[in-house]
Amino acid sequence: MTDSKYFTTTKKGEIFELKAELNSDKKEKKKEAVKKVIASMTVGKDVSALFPDVVNCMQTDNLELKKLVYLYLMNYAKSQPDMAIMAVNTFVKDCEDPNPLIRALAVRTMGCIRVDKITEYLCEPLRKCLKDEDPYVRKTAAVCVAKLHDINAQLVEDQGFLDTLKDLISDSNPMVVANAVAALSEIAESHPSSNLLDLNPQSINKLLTALNECTEWGQIFILDCLANYTPKDDREAQSICERVTPRLSHANSAVVLSAVKVLMKFMEMLSKDLDYYGTLLKKLAPPLVTLLSAEPELQYVALRNINLIVQKRPEILKHEMKVFFVKYNDPIYVKLEKLDIMIRLASQANIAQVLAELKEYATEVDVDFVRKAVRAIGRCAIKVEQSAERCVSTLLDLIQTKVNYVVQEAIVVIKDIFRKYPNKYESVIATLCENLDSLDEPEARAAMIWIVGEYAERIDNADELLESFLEGFHDESTQVQLQLLTAIVKLFLKKPTETQELVQQVLSLATQDSDNPDLRDRGYIYWRLLSTDPVAAKEVVLAEKPLISEETDLIEPTLLDELICYIGTLASVYHKPPSAFVEGGRGVVHKSLPPRTASSESTESPEMAPAGAPPGEQLDVIPTQGDLLGDLLNLDLGPPVSGPPLATSSVQMGAVDLLGGGLDSLMGDEPEGIGAPNFVAPPAATVPANLGAPMGSGLSDLFDLTSGVGTLSGSYVAPKAVWLPAMKAKGLEISGTFTRQVGSISMDLQLTNKALQVMTDFAIQFNRNSFGLAPAAPLQVHAPLSPNQTVEISLPLNTVGSVMKMEPLNNLQVAVKNNIDVFYFSTLYPLHILFVEDGKMGES
Amino acid sequence: MYTKFTLLFPLQKMIHSLFLINCSGDIFLEKHWKSVVSQSVCDYFFEAQEKAVDVENVPPVISTPHHYLISIYRDKLFFVSVIQTEVPPLFVIEFLHRVADTFQDYFGECSEAAIKDNVVIVYELLEEMLDNGFPLATESNILKELIKPPTILRSVVNSITDYEGSSNVGDTLPTGQLSNIPWRRAGVKYTNNEAYFDVVEEIDAIIDKSGSTVFAEIQGVIDACIKLSGMPDLSLSFMNPRLLDDVSFHPCIRFKRWESERVLSFIPPDGNFRLISYRVSSQNLVAIPVYVKHSISFKENSSCGRFDITIGPKQNMGKTIEGITVTVHMPKVVLNMNLTPTQGSYTFDPVTKVLTWDVGKITPQKLPSLKGLVNLQSGAPKPEENPSLNIQFKIQQLAISGLKVNRLDMYGEKYKPFKGVKYVTKAGKFQVRT
Repeated sequence: MTDSKYFTTTKKGEIFELKAELNSDKKEKKKEAVKKVIASMTVGKDVSALFPDVVNCMQTDNLELKKLVYLYLMNYAKSQPDMAIMAVNTFVKDCEDPNPLIRALAVRTMGCIRVDKITEYLCEPLRKCLKDEDPYVRKTAAVCVAKLHDINAQLVEDQGFLDTLKDLISDSNPMVVANAVAALSEIAESHPSSNLLDLNPQSINKLLTALNECTEWGQIFILDCLANYTPKDDREAQSICERVTPRLSHANSAVVLSAVKVLMKFMEMLSKDLDYYGTLLKKLAPPLVTLLSAEPELQYVALRNINLIVQKRPEILKHEMKVFFVKYNDPIYVKLEKLDIMIRLASQANIAQVLAELKEYATEVDVDFVRKAVRAIGRCAIKVEQSAERCVSTLLDLIQTKVNYVVQEAIVVIKDIFRKYPNKYESVIATLCENLDSLDEPEARAAMIWIVGEYAERIDNADELLESFLEGFHDESTQVQLQLLTAIVKLFLKKPTETQELVQQVLSLATQDSDNPDLRDRGYIYWRLLSTDPVAAKEVVLAEKPLISEETDLIEPTLLDELICYIGTLASVYHKPPSAFVEGGRGVVHKSLPPRTASSESTESPEMAPAGAPPGEQLDVIPTQGDLLGDLLNLDLGPPVSGPPLATSSVQMGAVDLLGGGLDSLMGDEPEGIGAPNFVAPPAATVPANLGAPMGSGLSDLFDLTSGVGTLSGSYVAPKAVWLPAMKAKGLEISGTFTRQVGSISMDLQLTNKALQVMTDFAIQFNRNSFGLAPAAPLQVHAPLSPNQTVEISLPLNTVGSVMKMEPLNNLQVAVKNNIDVFYFSTLYPLHILFVEDGKMGES
Repeated sequence: MYTKFTLLFPLQKMIHSLFLINCSGDIFLEKHWKSVVSQSVCDYFFEAQEKAVDVENVPPVISTPHHYLISIYRDKLFFVSVIQTEVPPLFVIEFLHRVADTFQDYFGECSEAAIKDNVVIVYELLEEMLDNGFPLATESNILKELIKPPTILRSVVNSITDYEGSSNVGDTLPTGQLSNIPWRRAGVKYTNNEAYFDVVEEIDAIIDKSGSTVFAEIQGVIDACIKLSGMPDLSLSFMNPRLLDDVSFHPCIRFKRWESERVLSFIPPDGNFRLISYRVSSQNLVAIPVYVKHSISFKENSSCGRFDITIGPKQNMGKTIEGITVTVHMPKVVLNMNLTPTQGSYTFDPVTKVLTWDVGKITPQKLPSLKGLVNLQSGAPKPEENPSLNIQFKIQQLAISGLKVNRLDMYGEKYKPFKGVKYVTKAGKFQVRT
């Protein structure tokens, strides 16, 4: 017979029966009863009512019975604190027991009882146990300090337990050291200001020594603790790295990943020219790859972390592409992660292999995986230019399979490929059009419509194709409706003679029959444009679009740096900073990678630019996942990449015209200057008298619209970008943009105080720059900026400052001072702010 | 920053609770190291399980409004741990696997029945392995001294006579835990002193349609069974240690000796343990011992297809390849298969659509093949995907990487131990695409 007999107790009066047995005189009967109680506990039955009876069994010499009682106590002591006090005397007595096992058991259980009253009894025994001759007791006591700190932090400090705990870091037994570190880390985390783990070269040395000797779990605590240390220079960083590297060969994957975290972080401080830097890079690859041969759950966590690591330092795994190839029986969560990393590692050197694999995956069974594989092919095309043609032909092969979801996914990615390589692969359009009828997902329909509109002049039956979509216009999703509107307008501008009716139809569908404000507004904009100045309309709608960027889903660099500090944690699995999801967000300290500090004097120090990411790097990314909101809107998805693109200026012209003559014509004049022959202007324009009920609402919309557009009048304004993240400026976050309005240039700033103290005394200064840009007035922040407050300031600029050629030309280095410190950042300004509106260059 | 909130709801560090769940979704054991967390937290897990369809596809990390659930799936059981704050997930997953290993070690199997039969020992073990959420004793050596594994004799005695002195709790402190070599207990004594090493290599490979190797690597381990008295200090050296450049070590190995001399020097744990695991990935070192000729086709607009595979030896270093099994997950539309093997036997499970062909040994004179007809669901479109073939095999007395043990020396003890090394190569995840 086995323990399962303990489950087979009766239906009614079970507790009652157990009670009787627990109070039996026979030791064996008692023991059996306690076992039954524990068996009930394991299946979640509430046996807390037996607390007094079980506690009564505690006074025994039988170690097994005692352990069982302690097991029970640990489970219920928290929910029955008052009764737990009854057991205190036995605890105190057991702490003096000659058997170290019992001493440890007692001190351990006492720490689990979360009652203030019990803590006074706990102090003395705990103090003794911390100095016990037996390391088993000491290490148990070390953990107990953390438990007690949880209940009563003040008491732990007053009693000097923290100091004793710190002394235990130098204990002769590595197990004790590991537990002391674990306890201190836990206390430090809940009490960030305490400066408990005061890390200095001496204590680091102690930790590194203990690292070699303690158990695997202790090694994890120590490594995580080391990761919080910032070495004073690159020499110290290297020496720590050297001592941590052997952990990469540990059998426990958590140890390996914690070691990787320390190395990734400290590597940041090493110069890339150092031989050791190269050695370290080479050493990091094998252990990461080895993690992938572990159990699938471990693989998953490893892959999420590798995803961060390849973004930060792609060179580590660039030759290891093959280990990420998917096996057909990998769990789906592993497959998807592997695929993501494959794309990140894709390069010209390995693209052939990658594509062959992706094509293979696209015929698998799992729909989610197949879709992602098809998308991956598109991402490869955009990332590796040389492979684009190959990717396109692979996608065409896949379209030929006629598997519905494959076709739809392929069309979506081909649209992205067109946006990256315009006018290169139109030959495939015919094939795409064949599949028009099978598209039932909005994203695929929208993509197809975009393609038809974009290449309308080369598709003979473009009008028929678009018309076929128009029939069910109101049943389409907004995404498709917007796309259809834009596509038909494009078609009209390209083939005005045959498509007038179509465009009339779609404009009226969008403006009069739709409740969707986005659709209506866009409809009106097009309508106005077409009716006032078709030439301008052409320039706006058919403007050359900025190319999409190659990598669309890179993690933003500052976040990436923060996440690198959290390798191996939940944050790294979710790719979110811990503050974003840990409950309460309390006591979370932002971590950042250490700056590179060389022990030898750095010979050239940049005048003003701080170390860190080169300015503007993160600005160049134009997200493609922008939902294809038509060309007009695409323009403000990202700031201009270099200089003012022609497209932007044409928007302004259009917008200005919209306010000018166009408005007059709307108010009753005969439509004039409409270029397209036979173009019938919108009803509101031609029949002003009809400002009746149905038109009225449309009109007011139009006025709303124009007033909205009015703010655009000066020049194209890029959305504000974060120039100085709060992390780098002691809580001050600065974002901004440049504008030109009626001949004057200004810098629109948004200052946010993310620190806990008030900020005052703001001032700003520019470094010399290519065009002599300088503040025309001091920075005026009228009131002190209190925590979490944001102010918007427009700083007028002139171009009379001193001139120095910058690299790139439009680079501007800025210093901002407040009562806390001086901060530096640099940014790129769009060149068009220097141009005067009449198209001549301003001050040279 | 220290708020009242903290005092009321203490920071719950590390592993908070553990639930064991069987395949039919019953929670059959729960253990709480801190306060009791209601079983209802597992509802989030069940939800994810439902979404995943296959048990293998349940994501290992699930977030719920107040907790995170980190789980592993082992031996048809889910080990679901509940955590409340930022904890390294690998730490938790490693620990859960260690718990499963310990059950396996104690009860001979890690199953619901075994756990239920030994529920008290299980509870004692869990309590001993984790204190306040920190792993405490996870080495099987130490645990076995603290909590004795059940023996047939002891459970018989226990149940028949309720013999007073029988106890499964050790009443002395484990000796190893206090020393700098926590993996070994003191005072080990054997009449026959033996040390055995098994070099086991598994080939992971993906072979594409045309038979060329897309990916191949060797996952090797050296498992040891050491029954030596006292405190033996061993040195194991290899003929070709250069093969081992990506290695994970048991904590007992002195890393410095390996770095400088390429010798494995260690005081071993008592009994069975994994000494090292290693990976050989350089393509020219990974031999592929078998090839598969295959032709699987489905006719358009017809409810049948043809299936024909043949297996032959390739780079087998002159050894016999045995224990061959071929497993194929056929497409969903396959109703049945009507095949003839030239050797061995096959089964097809029409529910899971898994074809298993137990081939046995390859004799080069007559290559084993399996051919015949595939019946498809009538009217269904022909399957788009081609199934992959999963191959298992075994080659005795060969480490396919060529790794060879040179010698084993023992210091610190006077007796002469018996020493033995065995080599075997197996297929790991060995897949042939068709």
